[in-house]
Parts: sequence; C-alpha cells; structure tokens
Amino acid sequence: MRELLELLEKDHTLTVAQLAVMLDKPQEEIAALINQYEADKTIVKYQTIVNWEKAGADRVTAIIEVRITPQREVGFDAIAERIYRFPEVRSLYLMSGAYDLLVIVEAKTLKEAAQFVSTKLSTIEGVIGTTTHFMLKQYKEAGVILEDEEEDRRLVVSP
Amino acid sequence: MTWADRVSPTVRAIPPSGIRRFFDIVAETKGVVSLGVGEPDFVTPWHIRESCVYGLQQGYTAYTSNYGLLELREEIVKNCAASYGVTYDPRKEALVTVGVSEALDLAMRAILSPGDEVLVPEPCYVSYKACVSLAGGVPVTVPTKMADCFRVTVAQLEELVTPRTKALLIGYPNNPTGAIMSKAELEAIAAFALKHDLIVISDEIYASLTYDGTHTCFASLPGMRDRTILLNGFSKAYAMTGWRIGYALSNADFIGAMTKIHQYTMLCAPITAQVAAIEALRHGQCNMLKMVEEYNRRRRLMIDGLKTIGLDCFEPKGAFYIFPAIKQTGLSSLAFAEELLKAEKVALVPGDAFGESGEGFVRCSYASSTANLSEALTRISRFVKKYI
Repeated sequence: MRELLELLEKDHTLTVAQLAVMLDKPQEEIAALINQYEADKTIVKYQTIVNWEKAGADRVTAIIEVRITPQREVGFDAIAERIYRFPEVRSLYLMSGAYDLLVIVEAKTLKEAAQFVSTKLSTIEGVIGTTTHFMLKQYKEAGVILEDEEEDRRLVVSP
Repeated sequence: MTWADRVSPTVRAIPPSGIRRFFDIVAETKGVVSLGVGEPDFVTPWHIRESCVYGLQQGYTAYTSNYGLLELREEIVKNCAASYGVTYDPRKEALVTVGVSEALDLAMRAILSPGDEVLVPEPCYVSYKACVSLAGGVPVTVPTKMADCFRVTVAQLEELVTPRTKALLIGYPNNPTGAIMSKAELEAIAAFALKHDLIVISDEIYASLTYDGTHTCFASLPGMRDRTILLNGFSKAYAMTGWRIGYALSNADFIGAMTKIHQYTMLCAPITAQVAAIEALRHGQCNMLKMVEEYNRRRRLMIDGLKTIGLDCFEPKGAFYIFPAIKQTGLSSLAFAEELLKAEKVALVPGDAFGESGEGFVRCSYASSTANLSEALTRISRFVKKYI
C-alpha cells in the first residue's frame, strides 16, 4: 500500500490509530500491513535525519568513486559485499558510467577517512582505482532540506 | 458632524468582518495552536515561485491588458474546458482579477442596481453579503442547516425569491462548512434560476478540493453557461493566497461590464503573479493533487477526532474546513472560541462570523500539520469535557 509507506517514510511517529483514520482503513489492517512490511524488509529501518553540523558534531563525509574488475559468476557483488561490510561505509551503490561503485564513508576526521581509503578500500583485490571527494556542506538529505528557512508565515486567523 | 458621520452610510451599515474581530483577540495571545487559518499551510510550490523570479529577470514588470495576459486567459479557458467541458472565448469571456474577492465585487457591481436582491445561502464566506451591500444590492439570507448537510434547497429559495431578486450567490464546496452540492441538486437550482430569470454567481475557489465525488461546475449545467458568472482562482488549489490571482468567466457582456469597473479601479492584476499563474496551470497539477491527498487524510483525522470528543459534526466533503456544532456546551460561538483560546490556546473561528446561521458552530481549518491537529484535538477535548 503505497500511501501507507509514503506516510511512514515522511513521519514514522504516526500511530497505527492515526494512520488508520487517515487512510480510512481498520486499525488491524494497518497494523498487519506494517508488520508484514517490517518482516519482508519493505520497511528496512525507521530513521531520524540529524543535521550534525547544527548538533556541533565534527564529521567528515568522503564520497569515493571506485573502479573495479568484475569477477566471474559474481560480477560486482562479491567486491561490493567486502566493501559494504566495513562499518565506516554508510552507503554503497553500483553505478553506470565512468566508475563502478560509489562509496559514501563517514569518519571522525579527514585523516581517518583517508586512512580507510588507502589501507582498507584500495587494497581490496579487484579494486583498480579510487577517486575521493570530501563533502563540504550538506544542504539536503533524504528529501529533507536541512536548513529550511521556510516557516509558516500565515496569520493566526484568516478568512 | 464627526468624521465618522461623514463616512458613507452604506459602509457604516456593514458590520466589520467577524474574523477580523476575533483576530484582534487572538493576536494578543502567545503560543497558540491555530485552526483558524483559511489558507493552505503549503508554501506555493517551488516551480511556480521560480517561474515568477525568472519572469522578473526577463523583465515582466509592466502593465498587462485589463483582461490579463492573453496567455494566462487561454490557459484558464483551456483548463475549464478540460475539467468541466465548458468553453469560453479567452479574448472576451475571461477576466483575470486580483483574487476571487475582486471578481466577486466586480460581478456584484456589474449586475446590481440599487435595491436589487441577491439570494445568499448561509453560513457563507464573510464578504458575500458585504459585497452585495457595497454594490447597492440587498442580500437576502437563505439559512442552511446541518440537518440538510448545509445544502440549499429550491424550496427554501422559492420562499425567499421576489420580483426584485436579480441573482443567486453560491459557493460550493463551502467555506466554512465544507459542504458540497451534488449534480442533481445543482440542476434543481439551475431550473429555479431559469424559472425566475436569475443570474448565478458561482464561487468555485474550492472546486479542486473536493474529496467525495466530483465537482460540478455550475456553468456546465444546461442553459447556465451565459447565466452564470463563474469565479475561481489560484489561492487554494495552488497554495497561492498571497499572490492575489483570481478570474471570472462568463458571457462577453458580463465580462465586459466587469472589465470596465476593473480598468477604472485595479487596471490589471500584477503581472508577476499572472506569470506564476500560467506556470501553475501548465505544470502544477501534480503538486496540487498531492496537497489534496494530504488534506483528505487530515480531514479524516479531524472528523474522527471531533466525533471522539463528542461534538456533533457534519462530515465535510470539500474545502479544508470542518464545522462542528458546539451548542451542547451551552456556549455561544464567540464565547466558545474565546474561552477555548484563554483556557487551551487553540484558535478557531466562531461560526457567527459567517452569518447568523453559523451561530452554534465553530470553523476549524485542517490546513495544518498532523502534529498540530492532534495537539489541537487533545486541547479541545480537555476543554469540552468541562461542559459536556
């Protein structure tokens, strides 16, 4: 049920009772659907988007383009798995174009991120080359504008 | 003679808007959760705002034709034909106005002679009756009841029609009740208008916000195209209230007469807003449908919440208002709204702001976030428990 997933993606704090009313369905049906989505991993995780810059936490995000040699039978998947198992890796995508994998790595310092690339990532067999970009500022995350200055400018009462 | 005495008697006779009066009370209270807002809580979609900025960069800063940009009128007419099957000549039968409010004023001034009566179903938008009076007409209130789902019936109209009746002013989906009228019911009203040779001013600003069933455009009914002055605008469907862009569609004579007044008063609607309106009509449907979907979910939340609280509540089918009865509390509409504001800091609008028929009700707008609505419902529930 697309509508239910959209609502939860936007705000997972909505209760089953609220969702049932909003979608005009019985509570039991909504609860069962959520359970099913959680069980079959359609809903993977409920997440909070934090503006870490605002929270005052120092973080470095490296976006790394990786070129690899695909392996017989498993293609890109085996190397991809070796990479995404590292806890430093936040996201990993198989890409078309100039490179094969896009790795997003989070670290506490620039040095730590650089070390991950040089000691862990580039040394994996099959990795031909890497290009590392460091993220300077985050404007939007998962569809949310982080420093959205748009506020409710309406009068408290209007026609 | 004081300065006040020198103000036109017509203007003096009109009471100030009930909403304005209540707004003054609300403005002094801090930390209010508001259900009193009669406009979308969405900001105008970005692509529309962007088109306006681009228009400015391109030098769109001059007057337009009194009728409005032809490009915009063509889009309006095309949209009306596609949605309701009613066709108009964009050159002579469409006028772009400064919001539907101006279109309403122009329509009244264009058709009314002193003493002409206009039938106005109530509760209704605050300016309906005032616009009739300002144009020298006499508004004749047609009270509608919750038991009739706030719909006006031909029987009621027949009772109040006189040889002086010139027009009927309707607005469905309705502000403040959220009531809509079915096609069959509107057909009966159309037959009544034909029988008594009345002009119908149909304010369809909330047409896109119809949740159950489809909206019937009054001008689409047999024999009604030329008899109807169709009013609509961009405020509600495209979250463009502050842009002040509305329009009127009708036969060339009515539109010509309205344009004559418009050219001597407004001259034309602002070009920047007209440029944005073109973008809204061309590419705004997807965003609009998303907003409507969201309002519909909140509508269900409010109906359920108010029913749980125990307030007698008509189920709205359009617009973004819900109009619960508060008679059980023993308070008047104004007292309920004032006391609720004092005790729980929730702002809503007393029903009597929309005419005497609104007494005993309050208007709650659900153009607010789910979190706000839930909080407001909790507070209203706490408040109402003291009385029922």
